[in-house]
Amino acid sequence: MKTEIIAAGFGGQGVLSMGKILAYSGLMDEKEVTWMPSYGPEQRGGTANVTVILSDERISSPVLDSYDIVIALNQQSLDKFAPRVKKGGILIYDTNGIHKHPSRDDIKIYPIGAMDAALELGNTKAYNMIVMGALLEAMEYKIPMENVIKGLKKSLPERHHKLIPINEQAIEKGRSLLK
Amino acid sequence: MKGNEAIAHAAIRYGCDGYFGYPITPQSEVLETLENLMPWDTTGMVVLQAESEVAAINMVYGGAATGKAVMTSSSSPGVSLKQEGISYIAAASLPALILNVMRGGPGLGTIQPSQADYFQATKGGGHGDYRLIVLAPSTVQEMADFVGLGFDLAFKYCTPSMILADGIVGQMMEKVVLPEQRPRRTEEEIRLQCPWAANGRKNGRKRNVITSLELESSKMEVINNQLQEKYREIEANETRWEEIDTDDADYLIISFGSVARISTKAKELAAEEGIKVGIIRPITLWPFPSEAIRKAAQGKKGILVVELNAGQMIEDVRLAVHDALPVKHFGRMGGIIPSPSEIVEALKDKIINAGSL
Amino acid sequence: MEISDIIRPENKVYSAPELLDEVHMHYCPGCSHGVIHKLLAEIIAELGITDRTIGVSPVGCAVFAYNYIDCDWIEAAHGRAPAIATAANRLWPENVVFTYQGDGDMSAIGTAETIHAANRGENIVMIFVNNAIYGMTGGQMAPTTLIGQKTATSPYGRRVDLNGYPLEITNLLKELDGTCYVTRQSVHTPANVRKTKAALKKAFQNAIDKKGTSVVEVVATCNSGWKMSPEKANEWMAQHMFEKYPLGDLKV
Repeated sequence: MKTEIIAAGFGGQGVLSMGKILAYSGLMDEKEVTWMPSYGPEQRGGTANVTVILSDERISSPVLDSYDIVIALNQQSLDKFAPRVKKGGILIYDTNGIHKHPSRDDIKIYPIGAMDAALELGNTKAYNMIVMGALLEAMEYKIPMENVIKGLKKSLPERHHKLIPINEQAIEKGRSLLK
Repeated sequence: MKGNEAIAHAAIRYGCDGYFGYPITPQSEVLETLENLMPWDTTGMVVLQAESEVAAINMVYGGAATGKAVMTSSSSPGVSLKQEGISYIAAASLPALILNVMRGGPGLGTIQPSQADYFQATKGGGHGDYRLIVLAPSTVQEMADFVGLGFDLAFKYCTPSMILADGIVGQMMEKVVLPEQRPRRTEEEIRLQCPWAANGRKNGRKRNVITSLELESSKMEVINNQLQEKYREIEANETRWEEIDTDDADYLIISFGSVARISTKAKELAAEEGIKVGIIRPITLWPFPSEAIRKAAQGKKGILVVELNAGQMIEDVRLAVHDALPVKHFGRMGGIIPSPSEIVEALKDKIINAGSL
Repeated sequence: MEISDIIRPENKVYSAPELLDEVHMHYCPGCSHGVIHKLLAEIIAELGITDRTIGVSPVGCAVFAYNYIDCDWIEAAHGRAPAIATAANRLWPENVVFTYQGDGDMSAIGTAETIHAANRGENIVMIFVNNAIYGMTGGQMAPTTLIGQKTATSPYGRRVDLNGYPLEITNLLKELDGTCYVTRQSVHTPANVRKTKAALKKAFQNAIDKKGTSVVEVVATCNSGWKMSPEKANEWMAQHMFEKYPLGDLKV
């Protein structure tokens, strides 16, 4: 098993930390993992993306041409990365603010209303966990939820551990967007 | 954990006595992690944020002069500032560890990854005839492992080691197995291991003077020759590299650090098109694995050297193989990282379809 | 009475300090460094800290101080002595570490290291020999060179419009919370030599007691650089230098 994922959006949307939680979840599930961020100096407002690779084998390149799964959270990222989903791969994008939708028919495409779901939940900070819920649901490799919780614990500072139930709730909400 | 964090954990576990540094992107996590872990309460390791890069490297010089295992870390512009101190440490034959998490230059450049300090690290960097042992990690695991290796080599040869990482390995997170916690050496152990150290002339021993100064030319030349002899010994004993499928290949790609991993992926892509590529990854950039490259190059059709710079390591590759086969460079700069398919395209354009030399 | 009747241990009133090596110093005749070295050799022995004293010598005339005083030494890059002393002391807190610096080292190229080591209150002694000129390199202007003073790089006298004002680095260090003792002395008369010795001893005691940074400035002559006889240089120093750099304790 090897799953190559990129998540891209605006800085401040929680893309990097979502990637980190995903990587830690994979780590807790005994996988080899690589997390590689890419962002400009403007950590908020600019574009940010993160590559996460989950694998049974030793991981070679952290830099990739194409991906099994692309998560795009703004128009720029969608334009840039939708063509780079491998044939038969998965594209997840938030419809919020998107005016030009992807048109490939050789991949699975999941438009989700993650921002609306976050507003429904009354917690916009949990936005990235809603997106992650959708990803976990869509991904062929299923990480057991207990390892996802462990991954959350590992990547959040102790003082934020009280927020784990909210995050869990958001992940479930995200899963439901795909069901 | 991140490569930079792995460095901090590995330093504490090695039994490092002191870290002195100044914050600079993209490696500030080293100092931040150390301050967060508070090793002064556990192992007794000293951690100090210095007033400047220059002060930090001179603190390393001072600490090394007393026989302690000390280190600093920085990124390209900061390492330029440290060159004076590095030259002094090498000249005075002191063990120390320096980490450079390279960013794009010249000047203030960019905070994104680069490998453009290859010349600076391997050819001297500061003034005078000296060398650093230069280790190039390609994984977070190697970031952790090379702390111990770097210190061990530094103490074995009484000379500074440098871990030359790129911003990718510094910022990337991967699984890492940390070494066991070792106790810091006791005062007695330090006095035994480093009888030359300036740490107080106990038990009536003669005074120790740590200096790089010798105004008499005949004596200074002797010191220069001793340094050169040491460097020849390091070249003979400590050259390290990794080879992947070189025997069976028609072409070689040579790259170091994280770029070697991108090249490995490129090798897989090339194999799908029936192009047989072998990889050589120099692990020590100095001493450089010239002999290994010369041997591996025999019977090959060409070499592509891939680096995040305008062509630096390629000079050492060319010195290793002379004009025996075509040697071409492919690099991106300014913080741009080439993708595996770009490397395959470069191999085709510059070597396979380029015709004869 | 024979001469051998006179040279007897019970008649001895003075001898060279044990820690001062019996070698010819490279300093010019009349230079103040020799006297300051002798005082250091004396007080290190008197305080009983020979086996745990580390000297950090500068770039400047005193670069070879390690050839004269019998304790461990580290020879620093120009201006970096306080950084080296910082690490040497933090890593060996029981050791007594002192820097020995000139005006170029301490107040020009090493200003940052000087101020920050003092501001951190490192438990070290900084000895600052201020002769208002760069002796080693042949008499160029120092930050402490007086207005109107002629040097190789201010051949018509230091001008404020070109070179700014003489820098009183010791006065700056006095203001820092990290310093516990800041004093300015000289060694041009026996009385001043005794005062300087007392100052050095107090400074070293502070380091032993981990009280913070002690700074002992010694206003000194450079008769070669000033192009004067040693005697004339002492007179010139008393007349001109003490006006800008008055002797006495700045912070106790």
